[in-house]
Amino acid sequence: MTSAEPPEATHPGAQAPTRRRDVVVGGVRIAVHEWGDEHADPLFLVHGGFDFGRTFDVFAPLLAAGGRRVVTWDQRGHGDSAHAALYSLDADLRDMIGVMASTTSRPAPVIGHSKGGAMSVQLADAQPFRFSHFINIDGLPFRRPMTDLAEHERTRMLSSDITGWLQHRRVAAQLERKPDTIDGLARRRAKQNPRLPIEWLRYLVTVGGRHDPDGWRWKIDASMRPGGFGPWRPEWTATRLPGLGMPFLGILGGISEPMGWGTAADDIRPFIPAGGRLEQFDDTGHFIHIEQPQRVAAMVLDFLEHGR
Amino acid sequence: MITELLVHNRISLALHCLRDGGGRPLLLLHGLGERSPASVPAWADVWPGPVHALDFTGHGDSTVPVGGGYSAEVLLADADTALAHLGEVTLVGRGLGAYIGLMLAGARPGQVHGTVLCDGPGLSGGATGPTSTSFVTVEPPYSAPDPHVLIDLSRDPRPPDYAVLFSRLALDHSPTTEPVSVAAIVRPPWLAAVVNEVGIVERSLPASLAAYA
Repeated sequence: MTSAEPPEATHPGAQAPTRRRDVVVGGVRIAVHEWGDEHADPLFLVHGGFDFGRTFDVFAPLLAAGGRRVVTWDQRGHGDSAHAALYSLDADLRDMIGVMASTTSRPAPVIGHSKGGAMSVQLADAQPFRFSHFINIDGLPFRRPMTDLAEHERTRMLSSDITGWLQHRRVAAQLERKPDTIDGLARRRAKQNPRLPIEWLRYLVTVGGRHDPDGWRWKIDASMRPGGFGPWRPEWTATRLPGLGMPFLGILGGISEPMGWGTAADDIRPFIPAGGRLEQFDDTGHFIHIEQPQRVAAMVLDFLEHGR
Repeated sequence: MITELLVHNRISLALHCLRDGGGRPLLLLHGLGERSPASVPAWADVWPGPVHALDFTGHGDSTVPVGGGYSAEVLLADADTALAHLGEVTLVGRGLGAYIGLMLAGARPGQVHGTVLCDGPGLSGGATGPTSTSFVTVEPPYSAPDPHVLIDLSRDPRPPDYAVLFSRLALDHSPTTEPVSVAAIVRPPWLAAVVNEVGIVERSLPASLAAYA
């Protein structure tokens, strides 16, 4: 690791955002990134957990080239947004409303990936007036992965989850991200993103990481921890879907990955809103818009033009 | 009253010592929108050991963070921070504090010697499943109690089977006989389900304290 390591700030097809601004929501600074003509009709992109807005650096410019003002943001604790004292799905949704309201008061298309897709399902149900169209990219959780476990086994796993989480909370104040080289951080991320090219992951380090004197670190808040526990359950997302009234397009990846929900098309199809569409890319993993940006962008732009 | 400030990530938690002494502490967990009492409540006079009370995040003398983000699980970690400081305790929770007390009894069964669940603000929580509940952003400055906590934890989902899991963890792993006592008169769905578990007892606060003393 050397502090003189040059940032790798380019990647084929990747474009840095055209504009960058901050929105302060309830006292928390949210970093907003935009591509395309700022007078064009807006379109919102919502990233997944442990991602950040600039993971759309290839996908967003394709949508902007289709005539859209593409707006995304780093969720609190992620990317260039402030690290908060507390994190919750409700807080993420309040931040999302803040960014949307700072951009337009009219309904606009929303594209959510993974956690961003599940978040958007909840907001589309609670505040449908903000959505003109809704595109969900592999963000339709349906069931827990271990539904066939015996009750005592579930209880034991909950106990282990709780203990692990509480131990994390006891030391969270002292945690910081581990420094590494660009390549080292990229290879660590590859464990969660095994299908994405290492060159892309290296690029992500340079836009989602911070170059400190002792090496590169991801900007994401070290007090955040994947997993955890709570009353929320995946099937709650599915039960919100049938009532959505805006044009809906769901896109699933056909290949299971560590960061994905593993939702099968046949499971979720009965919950797709009336008139909605569900597509599956059999040859693609969880990060569909990163693996096949042109194909997904073309499908989205066609959907926005024809409404189905 | 002596107040110590405990660190829970970016939050400073106020833990009040209402009465010093030897023996197992009684830890009081307040209800939603409340704060710790300034002195030992009359009903706790009979407790033979020290009496402490915790202000949850966003309440009393604890930090009121900007931007909200509250969950019952974060407040569980508040209570766990106090537990790490005090060692083995007996818990008495009012309202929201009763729900958190049940969670702590299940999460740390070896360190919680009896939990009493009492009526109080925030006992019910929200629905038992998904709803179209909307969102309100409150702009700072604000003081305790944080308006976000009043919103978020008066409507947080509390599925009965989720609460039951914590009661089972307490029943299965606590060395205490009858580790959870329900003194509350009101029984929201989560608490009604907990009471139905074999081994959970219904008894008054004085009787519960006598059992755990």
